[in-house]
Amino acid sequence: MLKDITIGQYFPSDSLIHRLDPRFKIVITFIFIVMLFTGRSLVSLGIGAIYTFTAVFVSKIPLKMFVRSIKPLMPFLIITAFINILFANGGDVVFKWRFIKITSDGINVSVFMIIRIILLLMGTSLLTYTTSPITLTDAVERLLSPLKKLKFPVHELAMMMSIALRFIPLLIEETDRIISAQKARGAEIDSGNIVNRARNLIPVLIPLFISAFRRADELATAMECRCYCGGEGRTRLRQLKSAPRDYIALAVTVLFLSVIISVNIIFQ
Amino acid sequence: MEKIIEIKNLHFRYENGKKEVLKGIDLDIGKGEFIAILGHNGSGKSTLAKHLNAILVPTEGSVTVDGIDTADDSKLFELRQRAGMVFQNPDNQIVSSVVEEDVAFALENLGVPYEEMRKRVDESLKAVNMYDYRLHSPNLLSGGQKQRVAIAGIIAMRPKCIIMDEPTAMLDPQGRREVFSAVRKMNREHGITIVLITHYMDEASRCDRVAVMDKGRIILDDVPSKVFSQVDMLKKIGLDVPQVTELCHGLRKSGIEISEEIISEEECVEALLKLFSEGGK
Repeated sequence: MLKDITIGQYFPSDSLIHRLDPRFKIVITFIFIVMLFTGRSLVSLGIGAIYTFTAVFVSKIPLKMFVRSIKPLMPFLIITAFINILFANGGDVVFKWRFIKITSDGINVSVFMIIRIILLLMGTSLLTYTTSPITLTDAVERLLSPLKKLKFPVHELAMMMSIALRFIPLLIEETDRIISAQKARGAEIDSGNIVNRARNLIPVLIPLFISAFRRADELATAMECRCYCGGEGRTRLRQLKSAPRDYIALAVTVLFLSVIISVNIIFQ
Repeated sequence: MEKIIEIKNLHFRYENGKKEVLKGIDLDIGKGEFIAILGHNGSGKSTLAKHLNAILVPTEGSVTVDGIDTADDSKLFELRQRAGMVFQNPDNQIVSSVVEEDVAFALENLGVPYEEMRKRVDESLKAVNMYDYRLHSPNLLSGGQKQRVAIAGIIAMRPKCIIMDEPTAMLDPQGRREVFSAVRKMNREHGITIVLITHYMDEASRCDRVAVMDKGRIILDDVPSKVFSQVDMLKKIGLDVPQVTELCHGLRKSGIEISEEIISEEECVEALLKLFSEGGK
């Protein structure tokens, strides 16, 4: 079950999206998020969807990877959709039973929101699927480097991020192992009401934390043994060089954003 | 032989610790040697290893590695470059999510320029036979492969000496073989001094020299065949001996004349065949 969480995993390949400069990719992802949130009509959202699916297609990453990253979040999506359906007012009343009133606006809003969140998840997953954590870190570090002048610990932050990403799959595996071990000892993890379930998580979380701290300690020693002493004077194996394709990708994204904004204005 | 590691009267106790973990160790290791340090849990072998690249510094006595005193803080990074350390759990020493970037980690820290770094990373990965996996994620590799990546990350620094703290303890037999032969190759072909902390007898028996530790002291230090002939002593401190040695020891005890210095299966087979043919006469 936990293996299905794939957010933050990198899938090495050699597609156009993989080769894009990560700094551009981060900026593009931001524009993409803005794009999805400025879209107010189904038409503009459709344009956003075209953009997303084209990017996914170009990245050569199988669609099922994205399905797998969305699946665990499905319950939340459904719950929020229901709340939207019940509480959004306006438009024609489609269905009415006692105090429950479903309006066409409510349906619109919730369908709209689900599509928007799914696209958002796909787009942001695409960033981590196609960019190795250290490259991503590099890019974040470089994008934020002006903040160094304000004594903001840019390198440290980037390092923490990349280590966290590296250890997510390991800790997930470990959680699975601990759950099995506790089940073998008769723990009931998946049963009972919510309060009981939360309480049942304690014997899973405590060993997980202890092991995470032990890992952190060992990793710190190993890093020191390899002469790590902060960001000062470091060089990089991964060189970041922007190529014409980066500017083209950025231009295409900005174009999509402006199309969506103009669609908004036209269909107002 | 020219010395690379000199340990003189090393005592160590942890801060606030009452018990002395190391109680006066004297050990010289020559350049290009392949030495195994053998010992039971709690014998102090890992503590000793941690002194060799200044993770710990002596409470008393001194440790010198390639002319650098480990207590000298100003030369810490120089020391760690010359004496690399490989740990037990490969997962907890791999920093990056891409194999080649992890191998480059130490070089990045040292500020090695890009062209040089690229060259060294490729060389190191080829040396441990992991070049084809350079763009993979470590999570998708087997234990033995991960440990070889960790070794590549160390040899990229071009150390004169590699200290390995039970590098094969968490691996399956296949992984253990892979790692051991990679380590031996480093020693034979590149002349890197290897200090292998282990509790696997068969690994120790294939090194040039074995030092046995018990309760913070070195009690035996010799070539493997001499060390493993002390079967009773090794058993007394809770260590096993290689199966072959045990067999020969048993045979000798029951009055059969067989050499004390047999440690490999081939030698043993040969000696036994010889005995049979003599017996047949």
